[in-house]
Amino acid sequence: MTMGPMLSEARQAMGANRLRTFLTMLGMMIGVGAVIMMLAVGQGARDFVDRSIASMGRNLFVVLAGSATASGVRLGTGNVPTLTVADAQALEELATVDAVAPILPGAAQIVYGANNWGTSVLGITPRFLDVRNWRLSAGFPFDDSDVRSAAQVTLLGHTVVKNLFGDEDPVGKTVRIGKSPYLVMGILAAKGQSLDGRDQDDAALIPITTAQRKLFGSQFQGSVRFMVVRAGSAEAMPVAERDMTQLLRQRHRLADGADNDFSVRNLTALVSTAAETTRTMSLMLGAIASISLLVGGIGIMNIMLVSVTERTREIGIRCAIGARTRDIRLQFLLEALILSVVGCLVGVFLGVAGALLVSAVARTAVVVTLSSVLMAFLVAAGVGIFFGFYPADKAARLKPMDALRYQ
Amino acid sequence: MPAAPVIRLAHLGKHYETRAGPVPVLKDVNLDIGPAEFVAIMGPSGSGKSTLMSILGCLDAPSDGTYVLEGRDVGALSRDQLADLRNRVIGFVFQGFNLLPRATTLDNVALPLVYAGVGKSERLATARQMLERVGLGPYAASFPDQISGGQQQRAAIARALINRPRLILADEPTGNLDTRTSQEIMGLLRQLNADGGITVVLVTHDPDIAAHAMRLVHLVDGQVAEDGPLRRRVAGSRAR
Repeated sequence: MTMGPMLSEARQAMGANRLRTFLTMLGMMIGVGAVIMMLAVGQGARDFVDRSIASMGRNLFVVLAGSATASGVRLGTGNVPTLTVADAQALEELATVDAVAPILPGAAQIVYGANNWGTSVLGITPRFLDVRNWRLSAGFPFDDSDVRSAAQVTLLGHTVVKNLFGDEDPVGKTVRIGKSPYLVMGILAAKGQSLDGRDQDDAALIPITTAQRKLFGSQFQGSVRFMVVRAGSAEAMPVAERDMTQLLRQRHRLADGADNDFSVRNLTALVSTAAETTRTMSLMLGAIASISLLVGGIGIMNIMLVSVTERTREIGIRCAIGARTRDIRLQFLLEALILSVVGCLVGVFLGVAGALLVSAVARTAVVVTLSSVLMAFLVAAGVGIFFGFYPADKAARLKPMDALRYQ
Repeated sequence: MPAAPVIRLAHLGKHYETRAGPVPVLKDVNLDIGPAEFVAIMGPSGSGKSTLMSILGCLDAPSDGTYVLEGRDVGALSRDQLADLRNRVIGFVFQGFNLLPRATTLDNVALPLVYAGVGKSERLATARQMLERVGLGPYAASFPDQISGGQQQRAAIARALINRPRLILADEPTGNLDTRTSQEIMGLLRQLNADGGITVVLVTHDPDIAAHAMRLVHLVDGQVAEDGPLRRRVAGSRAR
């Protein structure tokens, strides 16, 4: 038996009981729709985390200056100036380390015209922009000669520009940071919130030497509060951590038993935990949605079994006029497949619409990927064949005489 | 009967297994039916007529003995080979017509060609031809519940004929029809037998219907009690 008459017969059979056909498909629609929606929500969460990671920069360590204990009072890390720019330069020589950006952070009031704005000011080297994966939206970055000469230049974050300049173009203007004038060389591209909700655009960058000597002042020449270190690759991170610790202990002349006077933190590890969490969550959502797909499949099997029983006599007639076992099996299998595939198509549509609705109502990022749609589709077709096979086989195995005599 | 028989039953037996043990339905049936014969099988209820028809139609398998159809031992054939025999060699006509209710008359008649793997245009053309032949040309697009019982039986006969079978098995073909329509249907079967040379085996309990046949087989308690020609009526009909 060829496919053409089979298709039209399947259509006739399903058209004969439209409500039942629709309800059976509804199970598939809901199942597929749920899977696609859940995958979209999960993918949205993952994309958010991925973007956060990308905005922070990849394969990063933070090396913090050490804590001090004086008269039983233990101060937090970064309070004792144990790290220097020289340390940063030494770390950069390591084979496993790609780039090092020493940072001296502080807070200062910035004034332009009648406006003023308190923000965090970071003393940095030009390496910083590269390591943090930060671009400029206008102007130019300062370079190593500005750092050597401790030039009074600055790069402003988006939030700072908005608060000080409004619509005015800040590049080339002079602002006052603390007590001295600084030339605005460029504007940092907007980065948005970090994973912990901090506004990354509320900052001004100045050469680290300027921060050390002029803005914050320091009794220790060349000291930095922390450094951001980028490893050569994700795989090299454990080795890089060991190398850095070893080198810094050597440089700081720490005895074998002594505690580190600095700490190395793997930033990527923190973020990959977040990524891991979202991945687990989306997997779980998908698994729950898959259960409804399974239930939809069982619905198809149920209806096909009813249909085979109802049409026993028809099967008998078909046998009497020459239908082979495979003709009968294929006919019922095709009906199950149509039920699941049509249900699935509508389900894809529902799932995408639902995902868009969720993103509109909950203001969450929701991403429908082609692969998730394809996967849901293939699974649905598989479910149709799997759950359609038993009823179809049952129909095909009926004895012609028994089927024909069935009342 | 000079030619090789179309049907040869040798020591054929059939019993059904029940909880109380096997119940015999057919016992040692021996029957040869030749080409172009018109055989009526009669007998009281429960004499095994319908069971015999099922076995002749390859819908059921005998418990004992052999059934040779056109020289082939049916017991040795696979399920699909049997399906092929039902499709190409045998045409069924049932008491209850057994048309598919959701399909039009034309689609019902064309259905055996679907299983025979015939292409669509040829299928529909042949089915239309066959409907014309049984006088149902105008009813091709009607559904079975829109036409009369006699017309449904004509459609069923058209379906039985569409693959040019050598054997027509009619199980109480007029059981659900009035006398006049019954005579029409029997006339159609006789015409097929006389003009087309098709072997017809008919089961009935009505002597008037059986009178259309050339040969009468009487079945009692699953055994052949009588087997002989119906000369007068056959001679009369042939003379016309």
